[in-house]
Amino acid sequence: MNFKQAFKMAMKSITASKMRTFLTMLGIIIGVCAVIVLVSVVQGSTGSITESIESLGANSITVSFTGRNSTKSVSYDEMKTFMEENSEYVSYVVPSMSGYGTVKYHSTNLSGSVTGTTPDYLTVKNRDVSNGRFITDIDVERRRKVAVIGSYNAQELFGFEDPIDKQIKINNELFTVVGVLEAISNSQESSEDNVIIIPYSSGRMVFKTNKIRSYTVWAATAELVDAASERLEKFLYSKFQDEDEYNVVSVASMMDVLDDITGMMSLLTAGIAGISLVVGGIGIMNIMLVSVTERTREIGIRKAIGAKRSSIMAQFLIEAAVVSCMGGLAGIFLSIIGTAILGNAMGINAFPSIFVMFGAFLFSAVIGIFFGWAPANKAAKLNPIEALRAD
Amino acid sequence: MKSNENKTSEYIVEIRDMYKIYKMGENEVRALNGINLKIKPKEFVAIIGPSGSGKSTLMNMIGCLDTPSSGEYYIDGHEASTLGEDEQAVIRNKEIGFIFQQYNLLQKLTVEENVELPLIYAGISPEKRKELAKDALERVDLYDRRFHKPTELSGGQQQRASIARALAARPPIILADEPTGALDSKTGTEVLNMLKELHQEGKTVILITHDNKIAHEAERIVRIMDGEIVFDSATDGDKSQVNV
Repeated sequence: MNFKQAFKMAMKSITASKMRTFLTMLGIIIGVCAVIVLVSVVQGSTGSITESIESLGANSITVSFTGRNSTKSVSYDEMKTFMEENSEYVSYVVPSMSGYGTVKYHSTNLSGSVTGTTPDYLTVKNRDVSNGRFITDIDVERRRKVAVIGSYNAQELFGFEDPIDKQIKINNELFTVVGVLEAISNSQESSEDNVIIIPYSSGRMVFKTNKIRSYTVWAATAELVDAASERLEKFLYSKFQDEDEYNVVSVASMMDVLDDITGMMSLLTAGIAGISLVVGGIGIMNIMLVSVTERTREIGIRKAIGAKRSSIMAQFLIEAAVVSCMGGLAGIFLSIIGTAILGNAMGINAFPSIFVMFGAFLFSAVIGIFFGWAPANKAAKLNPIEALRAD
Repeated sequence: MKSNENKTSEYIVEIRDMYKIYKMGENEVRALNGINLKIKPKEFVAIIGPSGSGKSTLMNMIGCLDTPSSGEYYIDGHEASTLGEDEQAVIRNKEIGFIFQQYNLLQKLTVEENVELPLIYAGISPEKRKELAKDALERVDLYDRRFHKPTELSGGQQQRASIARALAARPPIILADEPTGALDSKTGTEVLNMLKELHQEGKTVILITHDNKIAHEAERIVRIMDGEIVFDSATDGDKSQVNV
């Protein structure tokens, strides 16, 4: 007896009791659907985190000084020297002094982050000015008290007024607004549109320190990020003689960590959802065992007219495999809908990958065969005389 | 499977010193107690005996559904006592057509699918199957009912369907276990006549029954009692010695 015949026989008994088949399948449907939806959602949220990391720029390396009571820091001039010595690796060094500040215009108060930096900030952060100008080298050199504000700040402080050349107070220091940054995320409060940028050299009174706590180092190309990081670390070590005093993080290294974390998350969620698939498999085994008992006489008749053990085995095994595969397919179909709904509700861009769908399908098929084995074997081993005597 | 080299040329069924002993705790039950039986090709033999006599066990042996405790036997030249399960399945499939008292048709399949079933297990192609099934169904006059389920047929029709199934693979031996037991006398006679026709067409027909009247339709009567053959019309004289 060939596979096609065994398949036809299996299909016949599957379609003979549709409700039971559906209920048997349900475990597999839910299991497959859960695996795919959860993994897709994890991957989707990873995607949005990845996007925001990537928006930092693939060339970007962030240096921050972490030593708590450290009095030491690296001055902008020292960093510039480093850049000149490694000009084939590094194209920009942008200092960043940042703190939380209160911004005041007439009677309107706002609080938000204030960043002291240089003109290259615009390049490495991939930002643009929509109104007025950005800070210039002369502003930095002459320690001018000028500020460029985010679109959120402009909207909240000035409303429909033109902010250019208006005087604002940042932590009670008077600054002149020279430009407004282009909005990048709908001018919301907790976004990068809520930002005040001043020349780092003018930040002393605002930040109550003249130490620069971090730099953005821009590698010449994305491929050189690792080499540039290495040189940077060597340079910093020569300054501090202590690895705990500073931290060098590139987007690439952040992505590596992120990949590790999300990889684990995916595995974990797939594992948990996989348990429901196994439970579904046990459901198949349960129903199949009952079915073998019910169909003892049928098996006896089949054996009497010449079915070999292998033929009976094949029939029941294929039946289990077909039930679980059909459940798998239905689960995939449902998961596409489920992922779309859940992704939409969570505001992330999630859709099931072919790889995950294929994997879940394969797993459901394996489960069907694995849990179908015992009932099929029970059927195949029935003694035909006793089986014929059954009701 | 052993080939025809073991063939004891003259007989299609040959049983030598067959015992079947069941151990029930301390006791042993001798369902077959030294059976010797030879059946020639194209014979029509009735095996009779009361229930518990061992005739069902004997039928299971001839039908290759069971293995004896000791003794050897040959079915159409194959030494059946030494066969494995799968080889027995092949003998059942190719050499023997079973007819059961309860018809034993699969309820979920149509008549035609039931008749095709042994052919599927024999690995015959779909076209050839249709052809053989058609022949068998026409033979029992059920071809126009081929798409019916067994439950839609009368008892006599179901038994004819099961005869068609037994004939489909064209086995040399027809093994009928109380084929008329569940039928009224009219349809029972029909079925018996059909068996007689099959015999005339050259099949070896072995009929198991407890009804002496039905047994008299056969050429030869073998009576079994307590696991032993107590009368065989081939050696012990005329079958008329068996009361009707």
